Amino acid sequence: MSQHIISVKVENKFGVLARVAGLFSARGYNIDSLAVSRTEDTDFSIMTIVVRGDDKILEQVKKQLHKLIDVIKVSDHAPQLSIQRELALVKVSCTSAKRSEVLQLADLFKAEVADVAHKSITFSIDGDSGKIDRFIELATPYGIKESMRTGLVSILKEKE
Amino acid sequence: MKIKGSQIIVESLIKENVEYMFGYPGGVVIPIFHELYNAPIKFILSRHEQGAIHAADGYARASGRPGVVLATSGPGATNLVTGIATAHLDSIPLVVFTGQVSTSMIGNDAFQEVDVTGITRPICKHNYLVQDISDLARIIKEAFYIATTGRPGPVVIDVPVDISNALHKFEYPDEISIRGYKPTYEGHPGQIQKACKLIEESKKPVIYAGGGVVLSNASDELRQFVAKTGIPITTTLLGMGVYPETDPLSLEMLGMHGTYYANYAVHNSDLLIAIGARFDDRVTGKISEFTPNAKVIHIDIDPASVSKNVMVDVPIVGDCRKILHEMNKIAVAPEISAWIKEVQKIKKDHPLHYDDNKDSDEIKPQYVVEQLYHQTDGKAVITTEVGQNQMWAAQFYKYTEPRTFISSGGLGTMGFGLPAAIGAQLARPDRRVIDIAGDGSIQMNIQELIVGAQHRLPIIIAILNNGFLGMVRQWQQLFWDKRYSHTCINFAPDFIKLAEAYGCAGIRVEKKGEVIPAIQKALKITDRPIIIDFSVSREENVYPMVPAGKTIRDTIMRELA
Repeated sequence: MSQHIISVKVENKFGVLARVAGLFSARGYNIDSLAVSRTEDTDFSIMTIVVRGDDKILEQVKKQLHKLIDVIKVSDHAPQLSIQRELALVKVSCTSAKRSEVLQLADLFKAEVADVAHKSITFSIDGDSGKIDRFIELATPYGIKESMRTGLVSILKEKE
Repeated sequence: MKIKGSQIIVESLIKENVEYMFGYPGGVVIPIFHELYNAPIKFILSRHEQGAIHAADGYARASGRPGVVLATSGPGATNLVTGIATAHLDSIPLVVFTGQVSTSMIGNDAFQEVDVTGITRPICKHNYLVQDISDLARIIKEAFYIATTGRPGPVVIDVPVDISNALHKFEYPDEISIRGYKPTYEGHPGQIQKACKLIEESKKPVIYAGGGVVLSNASDELRQFVAKTGIPITTTLLGMGVYPETDPLSLEMLGMHGTYYANYAVHNSDLLIAIGARFDDRVTGKISEFTPNAKVIHIDIDPASVSKNVMVDVPIVGDCRKILHEMNKIAVAPEISAWIKEVQKIKKDHPLHYDDNKDSDEIKPQYVVEQLYHQTDGKAVITTEVGQNQMWAAQFYKYTEPRTFISSGGLGTMGFGLPAAIGAQLARPDRRVIDIAGDGSIQMNIQELIVGAQHRLPIIIAILNNGFLGMVRQWQQLFWDKRYSHTCINFAPDFIKLAEAYGCAGIRVEKKGEVIPAIQKALKITDRPIIIDFSVSREENVYPMVPAGKTIRDTIMRELA
C-alpha cells in the first residue's frame, strides 16, 4: 500500500468537496490528509489529497475524478517531482525551568513561537511531513498538550 | 421582459423540443405545474413517482431522446431515487427536476425537505441545486447537454420554490462550454490502426457489443463491420438488437445466462473486440479466467471503463459510431474459416434449450416467450421486469433491431417493465409493446396500469406466473439447499379482476393450447392495456447458467436428473 499525493483542480463551487470526497469514501478509501484552497484565479480551487492504497484502485479513482463535471484537472504528485509542505501548531508543556531547553530544540527546527504561557509554549512549524513528525517526536518527552496539523499542500517542481 | 422561474423552466423545455414529460405534482412544484397547464408539452401523470421516472427511462431507451421528469420535494424526490440509479447504471439520458423548499428554509428540516443533491450525488451523472434565478436557464441547458453527450446519464436539477417564483429575463443560451467536461468522440487514429492490425492477424476473434452501441446509434456501422470482417458477434443484455440475432454470425447474448456458444467463443478467442461494453461481472464470471488467451481491444467513450475490470491491450476512447466508421475504412477480414466452423458446430450442438413435454398441458415460460416472438413476427418492442422473466425474454425472443429490448440491466430493478412499457409505447406508437413480466415484479409498480388505460395504450403485459420469486428460488434450489425462504408468492391477487378494475383487458391462460389464441386475442385489442396471466411451470429454471464468480467450465446446461 503506497502513499499517493493527488492534486485536483476544481471549480470553486459549493458541493464540489462532497463530490470528490464521496468518490474516495464510496470505495473504502481513507483520506490521510486533505487541503483545499482558492487559487490566484478565484474561479478555481485546488485540493491536495493524500491517500494510501492499491495502485489499480487509485488509477480508477483518478479516472472517476476526471469524470466529475466540476473537476478540471487531476495530477499525481510524485514526491521527487514536487514540493510539499504542511503546517503544525504544537503546544509543548514547559515550565520556566525547561524553557530554554525547549526553545533550543525549536530553534533547531526553525519552529516559531506562537504563544507563551506559564506552563506551555505553542510553536508553529512548517515543512515536509517528516520534519514535523521528528519535531513532535523530540518534543514528546517534555509533554505535548495538544497538536494540530494542516493537510499537506503540494506543487510540482518547474521542469528545466 | 421578466418572467417567473417556473416559466423559464417550461420555456427551456420547449426550446429543448421536449415532447413528453413524466411526473407527479406536490406543494413546492405547483408553480411549475401552473405553467404546464397550457404548455405544448404532453404531461404524463404517473401514480407513483417511481412509475414516472421508469416511464421517462423507457421513453428515452425506445426513442433515443432524453426523458424528462418532474416531481416534488421530499418524498417525491426520494421516490425517484431507484429510477435515477437505474438510468445511471445503464447510461440513459434523463433530465430530472425536483422541487425543493425555499432557499431560506433549506437545512431547517422543513416540511417535505430532503437534501436531494446529497442523496442523488453518487447515482447520477451530475446534479444542481439552483440557488440563483439568473443561473436557471443556463443550468437547464447544461443539464440537457450533460445528460445526452459523452457517456449519457441522468442529471438532476433541484429547484427551490422561491426560485420558481422569482422573476428574471429569459435568455436560453445557444451554446455552452463546460471547462471540466469535454467528452472525447474521435478515436485515436494510431489506436484504430493498431486494432485493425490485430484484427487482421487474429485467428479466433469475437466481437462483444454492449449498450454503448445502442446509445451511440452505431448499429449500422457495426453491421458493416461484421459484414466486412466476418467476425462472429455476441452482445450483452443491453446490446441485444444491435446485430440481428437471426443471422448465422450472431452468437446472441453472453454471460451468466448467455448462450453456451457465446461464452465458448469468448472463452476460446484470441482477440476480443469489446464495443460499448463494460465487462460487468454478470458477463465475465470469474474475472481471472475470462478470455484467458485473448488480446483485448476496447472501444468505449468512457475512459474510466477501460482497464477497470479487464486489462486492455488496445483501448480506443471515443464514440463507437465514429470509431467503427473509421475502422470500416481500413479493416481487412482475417482468415478465420476454421474458427467460424468451430463456433458454428458448438452453436449447432449446444442450442438454447428447454424441455417441452408435447403431451402435457403444462405451459413452459420459454414457450410463451417463443410464441410472443412468432405471433409478433419479432417486431414488438419488449420491456422486461427483472429475474427469470427477463432472462427468458432475452433468450427466447430474437431481437433484430436496436431499441427493441428495454430492460434494467445494471441495477436490476424489479418494477421497471410496466412503466418502461408506457414510455416506450409513447415513443413508438407504430409498434406493439410487450412487458414480459413475472408475478413478483409486476406487483411492484402495478398502479401504473391506470396510466396505460387512461392513455389507451395497447401494452401487453405477459405475466409468466409461477407463484415464486423465481430467480431467487432458483438460486435457493441450486446453491442454498432448497430452503425456499420467503420466495413463494402464490398467495396472489387475481390478475384478471385486477386488469378489469384498472380498465384493462385480462386473459387467463392455464393450458398450453390456449397460449397462441390468447396472444392473438390480445394483439387484436388496440385501445387499452392487456394482461395475459400465463400459469407456467412453477419450478422451471433459467439455463444455461454460469454460477456467480465461476467459469464456462462450471456451466450448468440443464436440470440435473
